[in-house]
Amino acid sequence: MTNNPFPLPKDDLLQAYRTMRTIREFEERLHVEFAKGDIPGFVHLYAGEEACATGIMMHLSDIDRIASTHRGHGHCIAKGVDVHAMMAEIYGKVTGSCRGKGGSMHIADLSKGMMGANGILGAGAPLICGAALAAKFRGDGGVGITFFGDGASNQGTVLESMNLAAIWNLPVIFVVENNGYAESTSVEYATGVDSYVDRAAGFGLPGVTVDGTDFFAVHEAAGEIIRRAREGGGPALLECKMVRFFGHFEGDAQTYKAKGENDANRASRDCLTLFANRVTAAGVIGDAELRVIDREVAALIDDAVASAKGAPLPHAGELTTDVYVSY
Amino acid sequence: MSERIKPIVMPKWGLSMSEGKVTGWLKRPGSKVAVGDEIVEVETDKIAGVVEAGDAGTLRRVIGEPDTVYPVKALIGVIADDDVPDAEIDAYVAAYATGAAADGGEDEAAPRYDFVETPAGRLRYARRGDGPHTIILIHGFGGDLDNWLFNIDALAEAGTVHALDLPGHGQSDKTVKEPGLDGLSAALVGFMDALGIESAHLVGHSMGGAVAARTALNHPGRVRSLTLIGSAGLGEEINSGYTEGFIAASSRRDLKPVLEHLFHNPATVTRQLVDDLLKYKRLDGVDDALRALGGALFAGGRQSAVLADALKAATTPVLVIWGESDAVIPAAHAEALGDRAKAEVIGEAGHMVQMEKANRVNELVRGHIET
Amino acid sequence: MARKISYKQAINEALDLEMRRDPTVILLGEDIVGGSGAPGEMDAWGGVLGVTKGLYAKHGNRLMDTPLSESAYIGAAIGAAACGMRPVAELMFLDFMGVCFDQILNQAAKFKYMFGGKAKTPVVIRAMVGAGFRAAAQHSQMLTPLFTHIPGLKVVCPSNAYDAKGLLIQSIRDDDPVIFCEHKNLYGLETDVPAESYAIPFGEANVVREGKDVTIVSYGLTVHRALAAAETLARTGIQAEVIDLRTLSPIDWDTVIESVEATGRLVVVDEAHPRCSIACDVAAYVAQNAFGALKAAPQMVTAPHTPVPFSPVLEDLYIPSADAIAAAVGKTVPHARAA
Repeated sequence: MTNNPFPLPKDDLLQAYRTMRTIREFEERLHVEFAKGDIPGFVHLYAGEEACATGIMMHLSDIDRIASTHRGHGHCIAKGVDVHAMMAEIYGKVTGSCRGKGGSMHIADLSKGMMGANGILGAGAPLICGAALAAKFRGDGGVGITFFGDGASNQGTVLESMNLAAIWNLPVIFVVENNGYAESTSVEYATGVDSYVDRAAGFGLPGVTVDGTDFFAVHEAAGEIIRRAREGGGPALLECKMVRFFGHFEGDAQTYKAKGENDANRASRDCLTLFANRVTAAGVIGDAELRVIDREVAALIDDAVASAKGAPLPHAGELTTDVYVSY
Repeated sequence: MSERIKPIVMPKWGLSMSEGKVTGWLKRPGSKVAVGDEIVEVETDKIAGVVEAGDAGTLRRVIGEPDTVYPVKALIGVIADDDVPDAEIDAYVAAYATGAAADGGEDEAAPRYDFVETPAGRLRYARRGDGPHTIILIHGFGGDLDNWLFNIDALAEAGTVHALDLPGHGQSDKTVKEPGLDGLSAALVGFMDALGIESAHLVGHSMGGAVAARTALNHPGRVRSLTLIGSAGLGEEINSGYTEGFIAASSRRDLKPVLEHLFHNPATVTRQLVDDLLKYKRLDGVDDALRALGGALFAGGRQSAVLADALKAATTPVLVIWGESDAVIPAAHAEALGDRAKAEVIGEAGHMVQMEKANRVNELVRGHIET
Repeated sequence: MARKISYKQAINEALDLEMRRDPTVILLGEDIVGGSGAPGEMDAWGGVLGVTKGLYAKHGNRLMDTPLSESAYIGAAIGAAACGMRPVAELMFLDFMGVCFDQILNQAAKFKYMFGGKAKTPVVIRAMVGAGFRAAAQHSQMLTPLFTHIPGLKVVCPSNAYDAKGLLIQSIRDDDPVIFCEHKNLYGLETDVPAESYAIPFGEANVVREGKDVTIVSYGLTVHRALAAAETLARTGIQAEVIDLRTLSPIDWDTVIESVEATGRLVVVDEAHPRCSIACDVAAYVAQNAFGALKAAPQMVTAPHTPVPFSPVLEDLYIPSADAIAAAVGKTVPHARAA
């Protein structure tokens, strides 16, 4: 048995890889299926950003809440939301996690602490302050994580929430998923500071920037600030610099990107490849073990797509149900 | 001279009443009236009722105009014999005008209700009069001491009257610790103990009648007489549409038709009566209390406690009064005690006979207590 | 015990009773305690008009002053509600919805539906509404129609102290998000209020005056204007029925329709602007569902299509008056004498 140089036991490393692979397979498959025209509406894919969701979520349990974004599939999978229910939701089926009434941008599972993907950028930040406030009143040690992109980082809701979390010392982690683009507008254009850590400092929050394609960097930084928040140390900001393999949404021609940018990212900044190289080079996990996971995940996603396609649509009565608890 | 002239005034039905509206005259000017005849309809913010003649004679003047509001004690009509000259009556009316408001406010100074701590919780009660007979008025299911609005002052002329809110009712504590007749009877005895009442004449309406009867059986030495009005406990039948409807209703529209079961004349149920009961039903704890009592006493539309045989074997004097058209508990139950009780079934009255035929009921109760 | 307390005291009492009953009830808002972090006394304000005064002494840190960040704290209240708390957030003036509407419109109102029924958001947002306070265009609006329009929200606007207490208790116990609108010019109004807790169910209008000739439907402050108009009309022989809707979402259509079927005439009074108002809503519903019962065209008495003016002489013209209501009734009753 080789010595494990990583801060995680082998089982956890395998789990991390499986989670990232599941997100990647889910998104790559959606990219293919969406082009066939069977999926209504629009989807925003998380491919390329898997290490961020996975590295953070491995520190969480169901009592911890997350508020996600429009690009939420990765957060959902990493937080433990059922992949079959997610796929069915994206196909608008009644077996979906929201009975086909939410779609890609509103997948939620409160039992898993997943408070919803969100179509409104920056809206999750106040909500997660509330989740953290509830945890504080209950004294259950739960933390709240709000994800937002470099674009939504400029929303007033995010900035107000940083101040609120600071003055109430809430166990909230603000995670900036900086993939360089707010839709088609670059972060250099739209954001006035060079580092989000500087912005956090303006609210009295500690912050750290990590390479979001490096699972181990994310995992280590997130572990530190989540532990601190859990122990009453208050809120913090984590900026993950990462890459978005696809466009803003499916169908985006991405002409605003540099020529060859996507290919270069896939070649040198693919978090899955980087992770696999590290663990196999260290001799902790064999390549064959990873291939087994790849096959199992591919089968899982095949099955999720097949069952979503075959699942029943909502019946007409669903239109008017679940507006209120009682009315 | 005015001894021959008798006033008809706006009545005061309970201490909360300060004014009333004349809604219609049932006798024309010039017609003969006998004591107890219904003369004029009056509506208060609580309830619609009828003023009965307290004197015999001829209705000589109709002063109260329909759809007009008059203060309590205002002169709304005059009864006199035919041989009293018109001039004398006109002079009487003219002189009366200032008398109406003169002594208003004197009652208002006294507290309308008191509260007493008992083992069954904090209970509200009203106390009137200071005569030698001690009388306790016990309301029915979902009722309160205001069910005796038209009786308490009249009976106070014969004795010291206490009307209480049972646990779970009115403004008493809403927790009913033992939701059954024994529990309610224990609450009543606790109430008597707290007020230092050794024994009393018990007047019970509906469920309150069964509570009174249970108390007479459990503690015969503390009950001097029983008056059972539209009483539970004398037979199995009970209108579950009423009891269950009352428990279930949470809106004005649901409750009004249920309450109409209570009266011979459904028009008696005013908006204010419905609103007041809704306000009671909305209080925290009331729903639980009513469901617990309903479940213990009238589950499935049958009364669980029939005390008729036990009462026949007991010796406490009993008067039974019923409204002939009672739609909640059948008037046939008035005969349940046979010769053991004096029974009176009153026409054109429903379950709330003590409100609808107050004068007759008051007369019967006083007669029963005073003999 | 029968006792009179004010609309403002009734709200304070409802909050106090529910905080005692349920430890998950918390209060958030700007200056709802007052003096947080300042060198002087805590509970210095108890809300900008003193509605929550005294609650801090009873419930301590379950009342939290917030920074002037409506999006953040209204959103936090909503987030906490989705995580098992029952927060009551005070937005001070409903006009301030402009800076936090997303959290109400796109978050609280939609969680239940867009998450397929697997969420509940028992949050209450209390706010002052209405004109007549000399507070001008940004602190005086009756924005009830904007919220009533949105599926997923409940909208409440009591007209008296008894209703304020019972409806607020129901709002806190309710599992859906509730916008609780307090008319600032009713805060001093006293009515009989039981000391005990009670909840008034939503969607149940109150017939505050019975009448056979015309139905006047309103809510909030203008219920009192409608009653004043009804008194005036009674002297001319017209008996007006006055319905206080109490809750605008859900709304008690049955009571309105039943009344109009009896009277044949409808006047709707709304302190909101005329277009897309509660008045429009009620008039349209009645026209569609009780057309056969109508003996005259429904009339609407509303504020004008203008911002709320500052100068008292203009503001008094802005709010629907008893005279305007009586005049509108006159339009529905062919032979009415001038009111």
